[in-house]
Amino acid sequence: MVSVIKAFKSNIRQYGMLIALIAIMLLFQVLTDGILLKPLNITNLVLQNSYILIMSIGMLLVIVAGHIDLSVGSIAAFVGATAAVMIVDYQIGVAATIFVSLALGLLIGAWQGFWVAYVKIPSFIVTLAGMLVFRGLTLVMLQGASVGPFPKAFQMISSGFIPDVFGGEETHLTTMVIAILFSAALIFFDIRARRKKREYGFEVAPLAVFIFKNAGITAAILFICSLLASYKGLPNVLVILFALTVIYAFITTQTVVGRRIYALGGNLKAAKLSGVKTERLTMLTFANLGLLSALAGLVFAARLNVATPKAGTGMELDVIAACFIGGASATGGIGTVIGAIIGALVMGVMNNGMSIMGIGIDWQQAIKGMVLLFAVFFDVYNKSKN
Amino acid sequence: MSDVILSMRGITKTFPGVRALSDVNFDVRQGEIHALVGENGAGKSTLMKVLSGIYPHGDYEGRIIYEGRECRFREITDSEKAGIVIIHQELALIPFLSIAENIFLGNERRTLGVIDWHATRTEAQTLLGTVGLAESPDALITNIGVGKQQLVEIAKALSKEVKLLILDEPTATLNEKDSDKLLKLLLRFKEQGISSILISHKLNEVERVADSITILRDGEAIETLDCVSGEINEDQIIRGMVGRDLTQRFPKRRATIGEVILEVRDWNVHHPLHEDRIVVDNVNLTLRRGEVLGIAGLMGSGRTELAMSLFGRSYGINITGQAVIKGNEADLGTVGKAIKSGLAYVTEDRKTYGLVLDEDVKNNITLANLEAVSNGPVIDQNREIQCANESKDAFNIKCSSILQKTLNLSGGNQQKVVLGKWLFAKPDILILDEPTRGIDVGAKFEIYSIINRLAEEGKGVVVISSELPEILGLCDRIYVMSEGRMVGEMDAADASQEKIMRHIL
Repeated sequence: MVSVIKAFKSNIRQYGMLIALIAIMLLFQVLTDGILLKPLNITNLVLQNSYILIMSIGMLLVIVAGHIDLSVGSIAAFVGATAAVMIVDYQIGVAATIFVSLALGLLIGAWQGFWVAYVKIPSFIVTLAGMLVFRGLTLVMLQGASVGPFPKAFQMISSGFIPDVFGGEETHLTTMVIAILFSAALIFFDIRARRKKREYGFEVAPLAVFIFKNAGITAAILFICSLLASYKGLPNVLVILFALTVIYAFITTQTVVGRRIYALGGNLKAAKLSGVKTERLTMLTFANLGLLSALAGLVFAARLNVATPKAGTGMELDVIAACFIGGASATGGIGTVIGAIIGALVMGVMNNGMSIMGIGIDWQQAIKGMVLLFAVFFDVYNKSKN
Repeated sequence: MSDVILSMRGITKTFPGVRALSDVNFDVRQGEIHALVGENGAGKSTLMKVLSGIYPHGDYEGRIIYEGRECRFREITDSEKAGIVIIHQELALIPFLSIAENIFLGNERRTLGVIDWHATRTEAQTLLGTVGLAESPDALITNIGVGKQQLVEIAKALSKEVKLLILDEPTATLNEKDSDKLLKLLLRFKEQGISSILISHKLNEVERVADSITILRDGEAIETLDCVSGEINEDQIIRGMVGRDLTQRFPKRRATIGEVILEVRDWNVHHPLHEDRIVVDNVNLTLRRGEVLGIAGLMGSGRTELAMSLFGRSYGINITGQAVIKGNEADLGTVGKAIKSGLAYVTEDRKTYGLVLDEDVKNNITLANLEAVSNGPVIDQNREIQCANESKDAFNIKCSSILQKTLNLSGGNQQKVVLGKWLFAKPDILILDEPTRGIDVGAKFEIYSIINRLAEEGKGVVVISSELPEILGLCDRIYVMSEGRMVGEMDAADASQEKIMRHIL
């Protein structure tokens, strides 16, 4: 029990945010007369915020490495524009376009990472330049006009749902099958981890806690999926998002590369003297964010069904805010992928909830700003108390 | 007996869960140098923070009587107004402002908010003359050395009409020459009637200048020794500090010295910014298995630069020379390659270069050798915990668990974590740069024992140290470095402090 409390205390930043997220959801559920958690609205919420969520994951790594990237909105716009021109003007295939677009994002990210990591120009400046450069190139690419619409296959990236191979009538059966399989996999891995811990002779949580925890998670997954299944099933974007979250959470917490990114963000000199190739790793975090920004750009273009010169304007601020709300430290070395996701969801739920309530964009901005400030204040306060 | 300028009575200060000071009485007489000694965490700095108002009145129990009246300082400016000035271990100077601007920072010479540059410069010049610093008042802080920066701090204190000067480990980062200068300055201040409180780990300095010595241990004042009337020796102080007799300051070791494990030939390193400045000049060096090799020299003599240039070219440019490890010429081009060749380098500055302070003990220990606890790219968390726990036990690291942040450990324990980290990389050759700087006597002994154990295991250990007694007590063979060159080599058996100093000077 003591260890449970201890674990809770040491993770208060994250749990605090999770609790805040749930509280905000419940608040808006009441304020919107139950519209917030309607299946259709949940689907909308995910689609509306998917690009922010995707970029938050990449931004988190950059922030943990001790940098910042202001150019993600422009990169997303530029990649979206390139894809539009390729598909609409040159009739190039969807698959080839997606591949080229992602490669382009990776290249742009690596280019900016090069200036930051090897030439040692502060990332704020490099990416401020990038923000202007790629916004400008977007205008050049689109010649100032909007390009669209996209073929169905491309739109599916954001507006599609996974097909129901079982042909359910009222509910989307494939969604439920996936939910059950996924829950089973989680339980399997947790049991295995528990057994491994025993083999090492470490203390494990009491069986009751273990069962309670797994039952809770399974129930949550099944509940959300059943809500989605009663509408059209799992949106493609949600599947992509989920996969990205799992992959990057794994990379940051369980792999050598992830550990080294935290080390270099926490103390660059010490990491370097420990054999970490700090330059290469810094460049990698930027390249990775470029790739994810490109993906976000595709999702955004597919959702609007048009590439516009103004796409993604101001998005970088939402993305950065999401990371800080989720507990990342501006000085580097601290932050989690899950935290960034929660931070982005807090912003997303507030956007969505306030929109349903009919609050204007003016007040939404102001309220979001205050939430960012207080979330970070809460963090700083917590830190100083320890 | 001269009159008492400061009397702290029954000072008790508690932090959540810890009693940092309990019922401490501390008196300083007019015009004396009063040394405050004790192990790290004994409460020296806390006591000084109470005195200078960093912990405001009401935050502690007890009374401060200064110049005959009770003082209730609410903040540091209150105590400064009364003439109490504290100079912290980490200097508080602004690097890109000039000496004169720093001296009068927060206390500017001005008329109606406009700075009077003439007064600023001339007064700064006078103050610099007083502390014996021959620099222009317009020189930028960033362009002068640490020793000179220390003097600027003192000049700054003088500008505030100081009556009681508090110095927190002023010589920790100074070489012998600068330390000597600083201590002489303190003695001169004494003649002018300025009292000083000197916090220091260097007992030989304390012995040299102090009129009285107060020993703190675990937040209590153990005793105050009067150096004027009676003879004081280091053993007496150490006994008070650790609460037991340290029969020997350096643990014994049976040296079994084997074959040559590292040979450095004609090693040259140039300064990274001033290309034509040679920092390491044609250095040759051999190290054998089971040997503890000392490198003595003043700060800036090129010892750290030699070590860091060997360790993956982490310092300098245009590096030439050969490094032969276990008979084969080794490629030490990057830190990764140096680690693979069996080299480990423990830096002199553990906070800046050694630890990731925001991370826990476990993550720091495994950082340099994550491969050992990974399957391919994935870390095996269980194996990592096991390994970190083994290191914690082997090095007697005192922490609540291996999940405690290294930020919250004491200096000695942080140093043990750094050692644990490098030994986890399984090196054959260890280079330890000032391994006991700023850590207390008890922890020093533990570090020495670890060094001995490593030598007995057949590793080659190089110890770089500015403390000659440490070099003499620990090493089998000693190199002396000066101005980038090796100027002497001797067996520890024939070495003495005088002999080493003669080589240096």
